[in-house]
Amino acid sequence: MSVTEMTETPLLTVEHLTMRFGGLVANNDVSFVARTGEITALIGPNGAGKTTLFNCVTGFYTPTVGRLSLRHPDGREFLLERMPGYRIAQSGVARTFQNIRLFGGMSVLENLIVAQHNKLMDASGFAIAGLFGLPTYAKAEKAALELAKYWLERVRLTEFADWEAGNLPYGAQRRLEIARAMCTEPVLLCLDEPAAGLNPRESGELAEILTFIRDARNPNGHRTGVLLIEHDMSVVMRISDHVVVLDYGRKISDGDPTSVKNDPAVIRAYLGEDEDAELPPEVAGDLPASVVHPAPKEI
Amino acid sequence: MDYFIQQLINGLSLGAIYGLIAIGYTMVYGIIGMINFAHGEIYMIGAFVALITFLAMGALGITWVPLALVVMLAASMLFTSVYGWAVERIAYRPLRSSPRLAPLISAIGMSIFLQNYMQLLQGARSKPLQPILPGNLTLMDGAVSVSYVRLATILITLVLMVGFTMLISRTSLGRAQRACEQDKKMAGLLGVNVDRIISLTFVMGAALAAVAGMMVLLIYGVIDFYIGFLAGVKSFTAAVLGGVGSLPGAMLGGVVIGLIEAFWSGYVGSEWKDVATFTLLVLVLIFRPTGLLGRPEIEKV
Repeated sequence: MSVTEMTETPLLTVEHLTMRFGGLVANNDVSFVARTGEITALIGPNGAGKTTLFNCVTGFYTPTVGRLSLRHPDGREFLLERMPGYRIAQSGVARTFQNIRLFGGMSVLENLIVAQHNKLMDASGFAIAGLFGLPTYAKAEKAALELAKYWLERVRLTEFADWEAGNLPYGAQRRLEIARAMCTEPVLLCLDEPAAGLNPRESGELAEILTFIRDARNPNGHRTGVLLIEHDMSVVMRISDHVVVLDYGRKISDGDPTSVKNDPAVIRAYLGEDEDAELPPEVAGDLPASVVHPAPKEI
Repeated sequence: MDYFIQQLINGLSLGAIYGLIAIGYTMVYGIIGMINFAHGEIYMIGAFVALITFLAMGALGITWVPLALVVMLAASMLFTSVYGWAVERIAYRPLRSSPRLAPLISAIGMSIFLQNYMQLLQGARSKPLQPILPGNLTLMDGAVSVSYVRLATILITLVLMVGFTMLISRTSLGRAQRACEQDKKMAGLLGVNVDRIISLTFVMGAALAAVAGMMVLLIYGVIDFYIGFLAGVKSFTAAVLGGVGSLPGAMLGGVVIGLIEAFWSGYVGSEWKDVATFTLLVLVLIFRPTGLLGRPEIEKV
């Protein structure tokens, strides 16, 4: 993919987003863009407002101020801040949560088919056709099954298809959540700490899945942009193309992983204020230069 | 032995009716976690709609029994569904995010309202209906006689149960319903219109209750505005007995209660049959609060 194509397709545009809860400002004038073909990572210390921003994008919260627009590859545009949650989902945004929220009592395969509910509902005429097994519904269900199998294959859960989702091991549940989100055929996939609680091998597999989602065309021909919140810096630095850093609700840095990693504002947010920098000049003058102006630290 | 079989069949048909109503309780509980106390009244309305439809057809000169029964069933299910839908829309949906007690009180209010509404519209006197489907099937040299109506009740219930189980397990509506039962928010995020699924749950419960209402009308030939209360409480007992939230449980609970009532009436005396039923409710709540087929609720820590 060429650079120009990347810059031409802003998928999600967040403009001047502010979210207040009474006196608490969780997000303060945050603007950024997430693109198709990129993994955009949202990072920041605890309480920086990352999850709040996610909740605004996916319709859990209505932002106090600001505009969230989602532009489909075919040019349709949706203003997410005005839509109820299920409509946002229908307009092509899928998300996962920090804690796993699978339908534990249903089978792995059923979890993936529920995600295609709308398509099936349209085909089944309020389940009537489904009850009598009419051909239109049978066809739609076959397609839904195909898509489910496609994503099962991708997240390597094919042999678990008939398991109850709640009985899967933790890492597999995480992968299933991503597969389920992808079964809604989203244009934007929002992942809230997908690597939380995964061991290094599992988070390696996760990184593979995410880069696959970024690069490959989905069975429906579309591509999916990825927006993720992540604390595991090794994952962020390895797979993301674009990093947005929040601190105390504000955006403090925005750019590619390397430049963000070396941004003094980011270092300050993560490692605290450099105390030596506060020293009065007469004291600082006596100290070696490396202490007064330390080299940027590795995060 | 003859007497036993006779009571068994009576109990099964009665149980089928309780089961049909209990499914409405259990489904609604499963999806929004509240007991819809107005559900008994929905069943009562179903019986009234069936009666009115029959009388209207009589006035129009339609007397062919099979047609009359089918139209009664269809009209009753249709109109009662609308009532079920409206009850949810008016009395429960605005309270969806309130504390759990609020919709419960609203449900009790709805129940009282519907009773009085029917009393005002139709009068307080019992409404009789001549037997539409007379005749008995005699078994064992005439020792056991089963009325066709009871037989039809059992058959229709079986058919509905099979259809309903298919609906829940095979169709996308059923899957969405089960998904909403587990996590409404997540289901919404996957594009399921949760409000619509909840509405449809009420509609389905009401339709099944309407069938029960019509069957009671046909079996006993008399209804009044107050029949919903006792039937509602007993079906609720059936739902609790089977495990609230479990569909096969509701059906099983209904059958168990029907059988207990029939055998108690047959062998002990009919005046104490309600005591037997509700004693069972108390015992189940003490010793097996999750019911026969209910899953124990696992507390998340």
